[in-house]
Amino acid sequence: MSANTTMPTPTPSPVPKKNEPKIEGTSRLHEGWRSFLKSKSAVIGAGIVLVILLIAIIGPMLLTFGYNEVDANSRLAAPSAEHWFGTDDLGRDVFARVINGARISLWVGFFAVSGSIVVGSLLGLLAGYYGRWLDVLISRIFDILLAFPGILLAIAIVAMLGPSLKNAMYAIAIINVPTFGRLMRSRVLAVKQEDFVLAAKAIGMKDRRILFTHILPNSWTPIMVQGTLNFAIAVIEAAGLGFLGLGAQPPEPEWGKMLSDCRQYIQSAPWTMIFPGLAIMFTVLGFNLLGDGLRDILDPRMKQ
Amino acid sequence: MLIPVLIGMSIITFSIVHAIPGDPAKAILGEKATPEAVAQLKESMGLGKPLFIQYVDYVKGILSGDLGTSFITKTSVAEEIGPYLAATMELSFAAMVIAVFFGMNLGILAAWRHNTGVDYTAMVIAIIGVSVPVFWLGLMEQWVFAQDLSWLPSNGRIDARMGFEPITNFYFIDALIQGDFVAFGDAFRHIILPAVALGTIPMAYIARMTRSSMLEVMRSDYIRTVRAKGVSEFLIIYKHTLRNAFIPILTVFGLQMGLLLGGAILTETIFSWPGIGRYVYEAINNRDYPVIQSGILIIAFIFVMINLIVDLLYAWIDPRIQYGKE
Repeated sequence: MSANTTMPTPTPSPVPKKNEPKIEGTSRLHEGWRSFLKSKSAVIGAGIVLVILLIAIIGPMLLTFGYNEVDANSRLAAPSAEHWFGTDDLGRDVFARVINGARISLWVGFFAVSGSIVVGSLLGLLAGYYGRWLDVLISRIFDILLAFPGILLAIAIVAMLGPSLKNAMYAIAIINVPTFGRLMRSRVLAVKQEDFVLAAKAIGMKDRRILFTHILPNSWTPIMVQGTLNFAIAVIEAAGLGFLGLGAQPPEPEWGKMLSDCRQYIQSAPWTMIFPGLAIMFTVLGFNLLGDGLRDILDPRMKQ
Repeated sequence: MLIPVLIGMSIITFSIVHAIPGDPAKAILGEKATPEAVAQLKESMGLGKPLFIQYVDYVKGILSGDLGTSFITKTSVAEEIGPYLAATMELSFAAMVIAVFFGMNLGILAAWRHNTGVDYTAMVIAIIGVSVPVFWLGLMEQWVFAQDLSWLPSNGRIDARMGFEPITNFYFIDALIQGDFVAFGDAFRHIILPAVALGTIPMAYIARMTRSSMLEVMRSDYIRTVRAKGVSEFLIIYKHTLRNAFIPILTVFGLQMGLLLGGAILTETIFSWPGIGRYVYEAINNRDYPVIQSGILIIAFIFVMINLIVDLLYAWIDPRIQYGKE
């Protein structure tokens, strides 16, 4: 900004033509797409996420076995042409369960992260914009929630509400709220000092309009990047709660629950453990790589 | 700042019982409980009193060291929690040693050999390490190293047949005090698998942070000057660069302690490690609410204290940081 003010003869900006914003927008999009393609991490991550998304959407329709279909004659059968990932202790097809599990994990991740983004961003907006006692109150709530190790707080919440997939989703959403809230607050604190916000205030624009049409769109990028990274965390947390018996309940094919159900067969039927675990790992890896890539492209400051 | 956080923590743990949908006493005792038993439990827990009075009683109890009485063992939580706490602290410490040692050296190696095969390999290890679920890693370790290869024990802190009598409940210290090196070795063999499982994710985060932090410092003028003076590469990295790259690494260390303490619940469950995580997990299964409340409160309290210590360490490592001065 200071560089602009010290310029001796600022060049007058040309009068924008009607179609100019469109060209600018297109070139911006094009530039963004090129940076995206340049980032190996983003491309590989997006590839993995896309594959898992396709598996979750169309995978279950292509399966020969249902995820809860019991074949009593082939309990703990090793991987074969018929059962690609083998069968579990009840004779259910592990491949069918892993594929169906993708839906659950992605749904939990989506619900938990979008829920925490909405609540966290709203609280962060209010705290950052209005400041004073509201900021102190909201920031203290964030501090208190962050004082608990994430999964521990989720366990406490599920212990209150009772074990179920729905309650696990709520718990994961709650524990992620302060991450987005703090991020949004710090962005709002910076953006509200910008000239365009001061100008909007000066012409008497209402707070609600300033918040949602000026501040929010200009604070959105780091939230999206963090959202991708937190998606990975949410998937792991949901699987962790499922593993402890606090998330999805039988016969839901949730990956964490599948691991805890077949723990005792680890020696005799390791395939019951290997594939659900790999599924969790690849999903988390995909979102982590995509999040890292997006962060480098969109907001390199966050890396610090 | 610490006081409001501690008050907030106590409100959350207090709410664990009071936010149970329906009648908490009925939920604790189960569907088949008689009305007399429910009334008795309500009386003993003071559930009939106004909520604020109950909270004040709860806080008074905590401050006087009364963490409640377990419904299952009928023993005071404050009395029985000690050995569990020691077991978790021992495991977390071992995991952090692994995470810091391997994480920092992996990060240093990657920064030192920036943009080479070594750097890429180290970062692939780190990104996979961040993505692997701790409970799955633990199970795979058990399968490969304990059951298939029979190299290491898969459960517990020490072989029960040794008849080891702990003094402080920190087995390594106790074994050394007693001069029992066989027990020391056995405790060491028992801690390897759970500590590696628990330390992997923090290790990966520390590696990534060390690399980026080291790269930033290595580009600075004073490192170029030190290099021009002919100082050995080892000293440049471990003496001159690492110290200035340490603040971000320390921040990650503080944050990772939370991950470690949270991860301890899962790791301890898998490896039958008799720590506070398993203690809380079993309490959840038994609906032993005083144990759940106190266990969670203590873990959160430790986490807050560790972060406070980390904040104080900042100033010790970097004298430019001063608290309480403008």
